[in-house]
Amino acid sequence: MTDYAWPDAEHRTLIGKRITRVDSPVKVSGQAKYTYDVHRPGMLYGKVLRCPYAHAKVVSIDTSAAEKMPGVKAVHIVQGPGANIHWAGDDIVAVAAVDEPTAEDAIRAVKVTYQQLPYLVSDAEPPQGAAQEQGPLSMDDIDDMLDNQVPSQQMVSQIQQYGITAKPTEEILKMLKSDGATDAVLDAIRAATVHPGAGTQTKSNYQKAAAQTLGDPDKGFADAEVVSEGVYGIPVITHCCLESHGSISEWTDQDHLFTHISTQNVSGIPGQMAEPLKIPATNIRVHQDHIGGGFGSKFSPDRWGIYTAELSRKAGGKPIRIMLERDSELKVAGARPSAYARVKVGAKKDGTIVAWQSDSWGTGGPGGGGMPPIPYVFTIPNQRKQHTAIRNNIGPARAWRAPNHPQAAVITMCALDDLAAKLNMDPVEFFGKNLDITKPRQDIYREELAIASDLMGWKQKWHPGGQSQSGGMARGVGVSFHTWGGRGHSSDCDLTIHPDGSVDLKLGSQDLGTGTRTCILMVAADTLGIPLDAINLQIGDTNYPPSGGSGGSTTIGGVSSSTRRAAVDARDALFAKVAPALNAQPDQLECVNGTVRIKGDSSKSLSWKEACSKLGAMPLTVRGKNPDRSKPPDLTNSGVGGVQMAEVEVDTETGIVKVKKMVAVQDCGLVVNLKTAESQCYGALIMGISYALFEEKVMDPGTGRMLNADMQFYRLAGLNDIPELVVHMMTGKGYDERGVIGLGEPPVISPGAAISNAVANAIGVRVPFLPLTPDRVLAALGQKAGA
Amino acid sequence: MRNDDPNPKDSKDQPDSSGVSRRDFLKISGISVAVPLVASPRMVMAAGEEVPVHGPGKVPMGFTINGKNYKASLEPRVTLLDALRDQFELTGAKRVCDRAECGACTVLMDDKPVYACSALAIEAQHKAITTVEALTQDGKLHPVQQSFVEDDASQCGFCTPGFVVACKAFLDKHPRPSAEDVRRGLSGNLCRCGTYHGIQRVIAQMAEKGA
Repeated sequence: MTDYAWPDAEHRTLIGKRITRVDSPVKVSGQAKYTYDVHRPGMLYGKVLRCPYAHAKVVSIDTSAAEKMPGVKAVHIVQGPGANIHWAGDDIVAVAAVDEPTAEDAIRAVKVTYQQLPYLVSDAEPPQGAAQEQGPLSMDDIDDMLDNQVPSQQMVSQIQQYGITAKPTEEILKMLKSDGATDAVLDAIRAATVHPGAGTQTKSNYQKAAAQTLGDPDKGFADAEVVSEGVYGIPVITHCCLESHGSISEWTDQDHLFTHISTQNVSGIPGQMAEPLKIPATNIRVHQDHIGGGFGSKFSPDRWGIYTAELSRKAGGKPIRIMLERDSELKVAGARPSAYARVKVGAKKDGTIVAWQSDSWGTGGPGGGGMPPIPYVFTIPNQRKQHTAIRNNIGPARAWRAPNHPQAAVITMCALDDLAAKLNMDPVEFFGKNLDITKPRQDIYREELAIASDLMGWKQKWHPGGQSQSGGMARGVGVSFHTWGGRGHSSDCDLTIHPDGSVDLKLGSQDLGTGTRTCILMVAADTLGIPLDAINLQIGDTNYPPSGGSGGSTTIGGVSSSTRRAAVDARDALFAKVAPALNAQPDQLECVNGTVRIKGDSSKSLSWKEACSKLGAMPLTVRGKNPDRSKPPDLTNSGVGGVQMAEVEVDTETGIVKVKKMVAVQDCGLVVNLKTAESQCYGALIMGISYALFEEKVMDPGTGRMLNADMQFYRLAGLNDIPELVVHMMTGKGYDERGVIGLGEPPVISPGAAISNAVANAIGVRVPFLPLTPDRVLAALGQKAGA
Repeated sequence: MRNDDPNPKDSKDQPDSSGVSRRDFLKISGISVAVPLVASPRMVMAAGEEVPVHGPGKVPMGFTINGKNYKASLEPRVTLLDALRDQFELTGAKRVCDRAECGACTVLMDDKPVYACSALAIEAQHKAITTVEALTQDGKLHPVQQSFVEDDASQCGFCTPGFVVACKAFLDKHPRPSAEDVRRGLSGNLCRCGTYHGIQRVIAQMAEKGA
């Protein structure tokens, strides 16, 4: 039976090595074409009028002046009179014109009147007793959720949990579908319990989202000998992709659309555009060569992707480009939900954690949001926790690299770190003592914690809180743990060997800058025994076999598995054709160093080209799939650990925090490319420093608008903020044989918690909320002095 | 659009070389769009002086980009970045913040790095503009670009062309930079994926070679 298993270390020529990224030359030379760079013949430029109010009803729209302007080719009302607008920056009218200046002038000529409505943009702690139970959902509620871009999974769970107020007609279900309801949501509505007459109560902004108990928390706290209490949190931040969201759409005939779109989900886009545009998904072609960042915010065509196509239809099918302006990118195209919690946690004197209690809250915008998975990593035996979701008008949330985990890490690891401080224990000793409740990954964490401590020099650097100060500078170290799934997604690919020896590999995947192209080529080239550049890899088009969206660290496991199966099958089919020429059986052959030969016998070999000529006139094409139970073993897996440490220096006069060193120790099963894997971790640490110290979507309570929708006041870390970074990938026995597991999310989870813990260790007091800005550090120091 | 004629500089085709300052531009941009299209500058009194005013309609412009001559008819409010990207399809320089905050649009103007998003095209005439595309000669990457490749200093790559140009200009001026030089010289470019670690290695390696 064919063995698809990953080759062991001695038989790998490329997999697991440090290979230079194949798409770097086109990127460093400015030749790489991103969606934003695509220039189609006759292309028109679109601009968008956005609502300036956080909550309003559209009263009237007058586009007549804009329509008459020379150079304006199409005007499209996105949300007309009567529409309810739930956040500032939402789309009202789009225009297309011959160039951008003309489109901008046209937008200024559109007149819209609004009725302003009360709004909430704060995510401060809910007032006592404000949280209401969610009642059954009306169809209006469900339509609002669609409008507010509440994730499908969250909608399904709410419909299942709370039921609906009335059974909808098929007509209404059809309308919900064209508004973007997924089949899962529609199925949930059909199966939902009906509570007639309910759902008339006024909706509160504060909704009880979860209340859970595990073990016996009262007894747990009674048994605890030391209890620590604190408040912790992490605000709403944005994705701030450098290439903003957007697309270029054109109608190649009356019912065929061609779209270039900046997306993490090439294969998944047609299915999302078909219903709103009233054409079959097969009539939609999507193409993308390169993407300038996504981080979880680019899975959908978005409202603007749909109306770009609508505008093109109105402009006779001409290509229309709409890429979001930077301020819109920050206001409406992605935000990570906030999470805050009052936490009480208890332990025995020896450091054994026995009880957890948390009262948490946070916002994911108009959809509210859910509770992060707290307590995180450590399954504390006795727990009581409740969460309040705040529905407000800051704009919709989107998945942000490792959804909910950085929040959970900050709340959990900071609370536990304060408990360690109260116990007068070194956190490494304290966490090390409690690793038994991290099952099933306790052994991985133990190994990673030891390596991280060593690389940080923890033993020399750790002092009890606030006791390493000189000349106004305080130094400290902190640690955090994380986990993630990362199983490979569904992926199909086609591998073709031509009789002249050239090789094509096609799949509808995308490379987010993670090194996906390079890794796919490494797997195929390693299996076929030919160099990387002997394979012509094509990704990023719906003309190729579908491959999953790149989210949740699922890409590498998916594409490496489908590629491996395709390459093994293609290789074996080639062996069958070549065997007679070498007077051998197919199973006696191997391909090594650009030759096909009898195993271990280089005297009986054909060059790759000669071998392929035995195919005859026709090329050989095979389809590789993941998952594929008919072709075992499973080549991907799920579940990683990861330990990170931070060292900081805090200027106690100015409150400025400087990260001095970070260590990341990370496992992800079999590492395909060590070089790009390490880069992922370096990048994640840097992104973590950025959100730990600088990033916050600041909302103005007076106007309901985002105050810092630019890159000066929405600050990203710069070259000057980067400390010594040490990355250690776990490889070899115990890791390689697990198969390939995703890496995108895990290393970005812990930096916030590790840095916050390092600051607390430096100054001897907790700065409760990220980002750790000078004013917050000084306030914490002031409280400590006053206490 | 590209004009490969090595000597196209017919003075009649060129707008007034004095151009329009940013301040004048801001004043002019308040003029209503109903003003008829004009090809040549008008003289108006501003702050007691006669100044030439172009636009607000399209005016002919000429550029020297990567050693080649380009012509286009553009409104005076069009930025150098938009002219490069939308008129000449030189899309290496990226539009990200569009207000001189992130450096993704960095190009060289008379060998000095500038934010192309914050220079008006009309003001960039008669300057030697160099974009990232020109750093690669006959398919051979510039040593800085080669180092970006080897040190894995790009991920999504959207900030990379701007960073490459900024690094090249920086290293030309500071072949053996101190940490303080790097801090001051390269803090005008931002990256979201977090490729700074690789960029630090690029600088360190190039500095070693420059020594």
